[in-house]
Amino acid sequence: MTDVPFQEPTSEVSGLEAGRPGSSPGGAAGGGRRFVRTAFVRRKERFEAWARGVFLAMAAAMIVPLVAIVGHLTYEAWPSLELEFILDVPRRGMTEGGIWPAFVGTLYLVGLSLAVAAPIGVLAAVYLNEYARDNWFNRVIQLAVINLAGVPSIVHALFGLGAFVYAARFGYSILSASLTLAIMTLPVIIASTREALAAVPRAFREACWNVGATRWQTIRSIVLPNSISGILTGVILQVSRAAGETAPIMFTGAVFYKAIARGDLFAYRLDEQCMALSMHLYTVTTQVPNVRESVPYATAVVLLASVLLVNATAIGLRLWLRNRKRW
Amino acid sequence: MNPTAPHAITTKGLNLWYGTFQALVDVNVALPHGLITGMIGPSGCGKTTLLRCFNRVNERYGGVTTTGEIRVLGRNIYDPDVSLIELRKAVGMVFQRPNPLPISVYENVVFGLRIHHPRRELSRARLDEAVERALTEVGLWADLKDRLHVRATSLQLEQQQKLCIARLLPLKPEVILLDEPCSALDVEGTRAIEELMCELRGRYTLIIVTHNMAQARRISDECVFMLLGQIIEHRRTEELFLHPADPRTADYVEGRYG
Repeated sequence: MTDVPFQEPTSEVSGLEAGRPGSSPGGAAGGGRRFVRTAFVRRKERFEAWARGVFLAMAAAMIVPLVAIVGHLTYEAWPSLELEFILDVPRRGMTEGGIWPAFVGTLYLVGLSLAVAAPIGVLAAVYLNEYARDNWFNRVIQLAVINLAGVPSIVHALFGLGAFVYAARFGYSILSASLTLAIMTLPVIIASTREALAAVPRAFREACWNVGATRWQTIRSIVLPNSISGILTGVILQVSRAAGETAPIMFTGAVFYKAIARGDLFAYRLDEQCMALSMHLYTVTTQVPNVRESVPYATAVVLLASVLLVNATAIGLRLWLRNRKRW
Repeated sequence: MNPTAPHAITTKGLNLWYGTFQALVDVNVALPHGLITGMIGPSGCGKTTLLRCFNRVNERYGGVTTTGEIRVLGRNIYDPDVSLIELRKAVGMVFQRPNPLPISVYENVVFGLRIHHPRRELSRARLDEAVERALTEVGLWADLKDRLHVRATSLQLEQQQKLCIARLLPLKPEVILLDEPCSALDVEGTRAIEELMCELRGRYTLIIVTHNMAQARRISDECVFMLLGQIIEHRRTEELFLHPADPRTADYVEGRYG
């Protein structure tokens, strides 16, 4: 710019033309050459297109494993896929038949573990988000939550074995296994609940405080009704984790085989061991010889479909609640 | 609760820190009863902080240390037996951004009653009457009497702000704190809120924080000018604007900084 002196508008050149920044002192001839692509710009544009392509390819690649997994599983499982496969019990040393005991077992384990983890997790999250001040005690709690979330599931399994099976004398049972799963899902429920609570605008809380509402009244009347969809979604998404984990239940309450009646929904007592889908998948794949080929795949499909069904319910519920509550 | 007390709020040696930052420095002020007091000053001068001290809602934000004394209607609100709930019932606040709760108009107005009374005391008739009276007082009744069950967040901003004022009224507050109540509103909305404040004047003590000097000049009886956490000048509004005693006040009201 230093070699282009600022030109005062003269009577020959209109003020508008001369006043434009960067207009070349050469006059009208320069106008046609402006804003064209230089070689450098063309290079930048090539990089831009290339980068975009790479990122898109990586994102699109996410579809491939999902389609491949679901497609392959369904294809291999096809000969066994019928309602009878879920309702029937395993037959001929688990080489044929269905998966009812494992299916019911998983229902029990997931249901009980969420029944324990959801209230504790949600209430703890409410405390941390709505009451806790920034002091050492609450920082210790937060640290504990974060670290608990990072503990590998096999370590949770060992903990459950020591704490529930032996120390609390619950034995190898549905109770022990569910509590172990509960401990495992707790930190994630706390985190997702806190996120849902934090999403409620502070203006609502301020409005409540300034008419003299206590914290509990604020939470009850405003914060919870407006975060319930997020809280529920967070809790329900933990179903898939609880249903899929094998190590924690293997150490604490899941067995290879348990004889129960076909289609019996109340087959287990809480102090008994049970079968579970994830465990059953492991068993029929690696431990039992001469299993009908489609059985492990069908088991996997049932597990996957149940989890997807639950997650879809969560999303549906979230949409429904969100449409009712809007600010 | 002495209506003849000449001052609604007095502070003595009030200091306040956010962590280590001192936001209020030795504030001594006496705000008149039943009038409109304007608080002006550049951003960050502590006027909102001072306002939030008057119902101790500052403490909800955490990291706040306060020393000194604040008397509301003669009562030191830092006395250990003061209930914050009862204090905030008597000293309500209206915010910059209208913040109606995401419930119906009706429920917004009776929210305070529901918070402060057991359910059996609240007959339908009593609630209906409270809603009609509060909405009439803020001039919303005619517009909203057929729409009491629409969601309050769907109203126009001006109506939302009036509703936020109406929400305080069933609790029979003594003092209403307004933190830049018009800055999110257009000219018409601002005029409506200002007219409403003038109507409420006399029945309630109104304290308004504002960035808008012209607004302070239009509606306030007394005016407090703050700078860097200190009160520089506190006088009758016309005197403060026409004959400011302090050169910093003079410069500010003439718009040389801020």
